[in-house]
Amino acid sequence: MSSKRNMIALKSILYKEINRFMRIWVQTLVPPAITISLYFVIFGELIGSRIGQMGGFDYMSFIVPGLIMMSVITNSYSNVASSFFSAKWQRNVEEMLVAPVPNWVIVAGYVGGGMARGILVGAIVTLVSLLFVDIQIHNIWVIIATVTLTSATFALGGLINAIFAGSFDDISIIPTFILTPLTYLGGVFYSISLLPEFWQGVSQINPIVYMVNAFRYGFLGISDVSLTLAFSVLGAFIIILYVIAMTLITKGIGLRS
Amino acid sequence: MDNALEISGLKKVYKGGFTALKGIDLIVKQGDFFALLGPNGAGKSTTIGIITSLVNKSAGSVKVFGHDIDKELEKAKSFLGLVPQEFNFNQFETLLTILVNQAGYYGVERPLAFQRAEKYLKQLDLWEKRNDAGRMLSGGMKRRLMIARALMHEPQMLILDEPTAGVDIELRRSMWEFLRELNQQGITIILTTHYLEEAEMLCRNIAIIDSGVIVEDTDMKSLLSKLDQETIVLDIDKITEAPKLDEFTTRLIDDHTLEVDVKKSQLVNHVFSQLSAKNINVHSMRNKSNRLEELFVSLVGSGQNVNQESK
Ligand SMILES: Nc1ncnc2c1ncn2[C@@H]1O[C@H](COP(=O)(O)OP(=O)(O)O)[C@@H](O)[C@H]1O
Ligand SMILES: [Mg+2]
Repeated sequence: MSSKRNMIALKSILYKEINRFMRIWVQTLVPPAITISLYFVIFGELIGSRIGQMGGFDYMSFIVPGLIMMSVITNSYSNVASSFFSAKWQRNVEEMLVAPVPNWVIVAGYVGGGMARGILVGAIVTLVSLLFVDIQIHNIWVIIATVTLTSATFALGGLINAIFAGSFDDISIIPTFILTPLTYLGGVFYSISLLPEFWQGVSQINPIVYMVNAFRYGFLGISDVSLTLAFSVLGAFIIILYVIAMTLITKGIGLRS
Repeated sequence: MDNALEISGLKKVYKGGFTALKGIDLIVKQGDFFALLGPNGAGKSTTIGIITSLVNKSAGSVKVFGHDIDKELEKAKSFLGLVPQEFNFNQFETLLTILVNQAGYYGVERPLAFQRAEKYLKQLDLWEKRNDAGRMLSGGMKRRLMIARALMHEPQMLILDEPTAGVDIELRRSMWEFLRELNQQGITIILTTHYLEEAEMLCRNIAIIDSGVIVEDTDMKSLLSKLDQETIVLDIDKITEAPKLDEFTTRLIDDHTLEVDVKKSQLVNHVFSQLSAKNINVHSMRNKSNRLEELFVSLVGSGQNVNQESK
């Protein structure tokens, strides 16, 4: 009985979350399409033609997976961060808190909503890429697994960010100062094997390196890191972030006085 | 039969050290229409917040229809519908979305939720607005939307935190009527207010809270008769037993202090004439200061505009 109730509650949160980003599609779905087009024009057409090959592929093909991954990361993160923070701000999070909704359902609902946006934007960006470059697929399962796990990781991150956030500024600090730099240094635009040995070592502690490389493997069949390691890193992140999110919500941090 | 609500020894110390509840006890019977009356800052919303698990308690226990919120929180929650003091719905969602999702959180399937949403939106005169965003509503409509939302899972008990604050008198009356009907259908209702008149109009039982302490917990009739009388304290000749006076209640506090309850409609002369007839001399008299009385002087100030306040 209560598991049926939980499923209905989970569906309601997912419905609400998906409904939210679809309602404001001009702010949520259009910008990534524009951004990726710009990347293609600048890095692909203008600069890329001078770079030549990277990892045995022409530069455009090489950066496509990373660019898609970048949109998935930003969108799954910011969807949950904005939505959950705004639910705190408008206090409509109380609608869930007064109802018999277990905390894991709240976490799963918001994370699911963030994943939905991350994956949808990933798909849009992939379609836009097709206008500029032929996309080949080496292993579809690796692509699906990577995109699913990555969006879950960053959706959880966005949720934790929103729980701690006290103002709208607080939900843009992490994306600006941590997420964006890590993504740019995460091997989206270059193979880390090109880096000096020291910086290669430093890159190993950047989780985004693993996600981008696993994803690129799915398309091109090349990777700077082993897939096993990449999936272990992703799995570990999801478990750790989930435990943190659950602990915070159970304690009512930022939710109950 | 379990009580609808049993609160005992409830304490709340907010972060920063402020004690909002100093250990309160309350019992609300099933089917009751119960008022929690008190001035601003008394601790009404804190109490409601703890019952509905939006505020963590510091000590004490709360049982909802026999289910302890520490042990069976989800069960307890399923009995409750809350209409909070502040608007707390998503301003950008449509009324239908808000209601149907809320029902979903309680496990109500969407088709049934749509039926109920239609029923309550119609009853509360909001059906025309069903596809408008919450922010488009007037204050009174927002309040009614929150009532509809609280009813979506058909709770056994409805808790309303100052539901008529900022609602004009016309609407207030129709809201009262609506609540009365719900109560007649068997739903237990708890309502907080700082208008005595509102409590008087609707409620059978009442507790009065002030500075985190329950100062009175009684039925409406006794409260009104209590408020209708004053107690005078007489300094008298030494006697051993309280004299019996016609129409007045007397209490001997010590051998030369007598308290007499005098209703506002009675004359104090009659106390003196009867005492003289019994050869009891009164040396001096004063009014007994009464916390309840004082509290009401402060409440009456706000209670008087119950008919004037709009918006
Ligand atoms: N989150 C909070 N942190 C600190 N003090 C609070 C908080 N919420 C309420 N209070 C204080 O607790 C007291 C009771 O508040 P409240 O329960 O809202 O009163 P009422 O609803 O009767 O007006 C007030 O003095 C208020 O300032
Ligand atoms: Mg209040």
